[in-house]
Amino acid sequence: MTANVTIRIQEADFDIAGEISALTKGRTDIGAVVSFSGICRGSEGGETIAALTLEHYPGMAEAEIARHVDTAMSRWPLSGVSVIHRIGRIAPGENIVLVLTASEHRQAAFQAAEFLMDYLKANAPFWKREENTGGTGWVDARDHDDDAAARWTKS
Amino acid sequence: MKVKYFAWVRERVGKSEETIEPPSSVRTVEDLIAWLAQRGETYAHAFETPRVIRAAIDHAHVKSNAAIAGAREIAFFPPMTGG
Repeated sequence: MTANVTIRIQEADFDIAGEISALTKGRTDIGAVVSFSGICRGSEGGETIAALTLEHYPGMAEAEIARHVDTAMSRWPLSGVSVIHRIGRIAPGENIVLVLTASEHRQAAFQAAEFLMDYLKANAPFWKREENTGGTGWVDARDHDDDAAARWTKS
Repeated sequence: MKVKYFAWVRERVGKSEETIEPPSSVRTVEDLIAWLAQRGETYAHAFETPRVIRAAIDHAHVKSNAAIAGAREIAFFPPMTGG
């Protein structure tokens, strides 16, 4: 069967159980689904966060995610992938991103989910602006996110 | 060509997009950053540290030495912080 791919960028929250059902519906060849959710934390380095606002580059964000999904599907035998990334204002405790990977066996699903998250963090055009008690400011990129993505290119 | 700016690059430039016509001597992304930086104070501030600026041509990441010939849309933004 062909792989079931969903890529969405939206302001609204997502329903994880509903997304998993949509990914596996009508199929009996899937033996494993891995779900990763990125959630807004209420503090960063001891500083309280009131909310995050996510900006993205429309058009490129979808294209960049699709390129990484294609790469994941060429590296692992996946039956389906869903990537949903929220934009706009997100409060602590709320969902930011969802990655679902489905495969016949767990190893491919686990590895592909981790690969996709590492690549999305380093390469998908999204930017977080943080609101805290001292005002607002853009979140700095972290070198370890680039390192996390780079380790997948090692042979 | 159309140029787009995101996150703090957009805030510093003071606009999210514009159409520009750089001279033919501007051949690469790096050249374009240098050309934009001399367009005024807001641009100079946005592009004061070229090594932290990331660029994309027609929705794909490119390095600073990439040629801009034929580009429909070039975007400039800080390192990404999604996910």
